[in-house]
Amino acid sequence: MLEINNLKSRIGDTEILRGLSLSVNAGEVHAIMGPNGSGKSTLAQVIAGHDDYVVTGGEVTFMGKNLLDLEPEERAREGIFLGFQYPVEIPGVNNAYLLKAAVNAKRKHQGLGEVDAFEFLKVAREKMALLGMDPKFLNRGVNEGFSGGEKKRNEILQMAMLEPSLAILDETDSGLDIDALKAVAEGVNTLRAPDRAIVLVTHYQRLLDYIEPDFVHVLSEGQIIRSGDKSLALELEEKGYDWVREAANA
Amino acid sequence: MSSENIESIVNRRYEHGFVTDIESEGLPPGLNEGVVRAISALKKEPEFMLEWRLQAYRQWLEMREPEWAHLHYPPVKFNEISYYSAPKSDEDRPKSLDEVDPKLLETYDKLGIPLHERARLAGVAVDAVFDSVSVATTFKEKLSDVGVIFCSFSEAVLEHPELVKKYLGSVVPRRDNFYAALNSAVFSDGSFVYIPKGVRCPMELSTYFRINAANTGQFERTLIIADVDSHVSYLEGCTAPMRDENQLHAAVVELVALDGAEIKYSTVQNWYPGDENGVGGIYNFVTKRGDCRGDNSKISWTQVETGSAITWKYPSCLLRGDNSVGEFYSVAVANNMQQADTGTKMIHIGANTSSTIVSKGISAGKAQNAYRGLVKVMPQAHGARNHTQCDSLLIGKECGAHTFPYMEIKNPSARIEHEATTSKISADQLFYCRQRGISEEDAVNMIVNGFCKEVFKELPMEFAVEAQALLNVSLEGAVG
Ligand SMILES: Nc1ncnc2c1ncn2[C@@H]1O[C@H](COP(=O)(O)OP(=O)(O)OP(=O)(O)O)[C@@H](O)[C@H]1O
Ligand SMILES: [Mg+2]
Repeated sequence: MLEINNLKSRIGDTEILRGLSLSVNAGEVHAIMGPNGSGKSTLAQVIAGHDDYVVTGGEVTFMGKNLLDLEPEERAREGIFLGFQYPVEIPGVNNAYLLKAAVNAKRKHQGLGEVDAFEFLKVAREKMALLGMDPKFLNRGVNEGFSGGEKKRNEILQMAMLEPSLAILDETDSGLDIDALKAVAEGVNTLRAPDRAIVLVTHYQRLLDYIEPDFVHVLSEGQIIRSGDKSLALELEEKGYDWVREAANA
Repeated sequence: MSSENIESIVNRRYEHGFVTDIESEGLPPGLNEGVVRAISALKKEPEFMLEWRLQAYRQWLEMREPEWAHLHYPPVKFNEISYYSAPKSDEDRPKSLDEVDPKLLETYDKLGIPLHERARLAGVAVDAVFDSVSVATTFKEKLSDVGVIFCSFSEAVLEHPELVKKYLGSVVPRRDNFYAALNSAVFSDGSFVYIPKGVRCPMELSTYFRINAANTGQFERTLIIADVDSHVSYLEGCTAPMRDENQLHAAVVELVALDGAEIKYSTVQNWYPGDENGVGGIYNFVTKRGDCRGDNSKISWTQVETGSAITWKYPSCLLRGDNSVGEFYSVAVANNMQQADTGTKMIHIGANTSSTIVSKGISAGKAQNAYRGLVKVMPQAHGARNHTQCDSLLIGKECGAHTFPYMEIKNPSARIEHEATTSKISADQLFYCRQRGISEEDAVNMIVNGFCKEVFKELPMEFAVEAQALLNVSLEGAVG
């Protein structure tokens, strides 16, 4: 589904991704871990198409298409969803309105008509109930004055409504209380399907207790230096990153 | 014909043939007493009206243009303006929509203007346009059933001189300001509304339906009188882009609300702002004032302004009656090289008066948008209250927003609140929306419409929808 080959990217003059390769197939869940500043969010942003990040080398294909040729909104409509590490506030714009505009943009791209307003609200309320979100969040400004955890839940709500083929969740677990973590994990697990893939960026094993990954990767200084199965995450939790780095440098 | 010639001819006396000439050819550029007389004669005005105009002209001569607005523009050459332009003959007009500039039609399309209205707006020859007269006629009947007078200003001068005499200039005196004086001397036409005692006007009044609205020209004059316990909602303008060869526009609008009366005045104005360099845009200097003359009266201004190269406009309220209420809701958009200097004045005179100001300024491109508001509480105005909310939204790095709130509080019991915010549409917000599949343009529109919500909800329903579309069109290409 997603093929990243020797990807290099910089912001300003600093090279951040330095030849990164990763292959994600439909039906898989990948966890990406790694120290602060190693480039995890950068990778997510590059996949989503943020133009602050200049791609200086390598290829990225998504379901056979050259992803780097597409505008961010086209990537989204093709089925890529990024749950932001720091979701932005858009005061004055109704949360439900943004959600509906997003759903309709995707439907239009798929040649479908606009979603029925009544049906849309019904589905949104159901998903919110699942996530333990009060329906009144629909009528607030997008993330406006939301607490950290509420913002993260709102990201998951958007994901649930958009039903992406590839969901990249950048530290969606940070800042969540235990109940929220369970609810979010449940939201993600509901989305798990043979034709979908999920990439979790996280610092904590805790999330992986609820969402079991097929693969775990360690990102360090812009490269994936080790990949393994879920046991790798446990090992990292226990021993930290140094031993992986040492092993990689050896 | 030189202007001295005109003066001598006109001063010679009203002669039918001469008037016909001007009717078909317009007046040559220039302003003098003769021109004022000619305009009055053309309209077959009664003596009192001519006298009124002449006094205004003499007062204007002694006044100077205001310089304090936050605007920069080349001086207006008042002697190069024609003060009466002939209505376009049908021969000069496009015969059908096929002959109209496709770009203009494209804009109509984006604004969702119904097909049958496009022809009229584009100035297609009248006989080729749909039958607007019948619509207007049924409309008029409905109004006259309840005694509402709604007609062109010229008609009112002839048919209801006693009302005109009593109220004209009673809110905006001739010498109020430079442009008001000019307007008083040479005003071409406009609207007149009178709502009798206790009548709730059965429909929204809109200039759009006024017969004879075709050529009100550059110096428009509007007078609305709401008698005791009456109610009226008046809509001015339209979202379609208005082009005009006349660069200078100086309108005067006077509202009078007597005891318990309420006037709601909504404007959506979309003058041609000029090209990206500001060439060819309209200079729009407007004096709008409402007089809450009676106790418990209310006047509410709502405006959405997107056009003009230069806008200078402060719809104001004189809160003279006890417990009277003044409101001002405004969205002003300035893009490219536009300059807007708008705001309001709330003058608290009666006891327990209250006013609300909500101003939303949007600047994009290299535009400058200034809010200038005055809240004045007179010594006798016990218990006055004001709430002002003044928000600016910037799109891009080269534009500016300026806020100039003035307060003159002469009664210690006044409660005045002022809130101001400035925000920017950030790259992060746009990226967030795009990551959700929403195009950048739609994202900007969404954010802008969200920003203006409080004002839009004050507009009558259909107008609000149009205003929203208008904003989107005005800001097209503002980002990226
Ligand atoms: N706009 C920027 N300008 C300069 N440097 C930047 C910019 N954005 C990111 N960086 C740098 O790029 C590096 C990678 O950042 P990134 O956000 O991808 O790290 P991360 O792995 O997500 O870290 P964390 O675990 O703390 O979220 C960091 O050193 C960061 O300081
Ligand atoms: Mg990060």
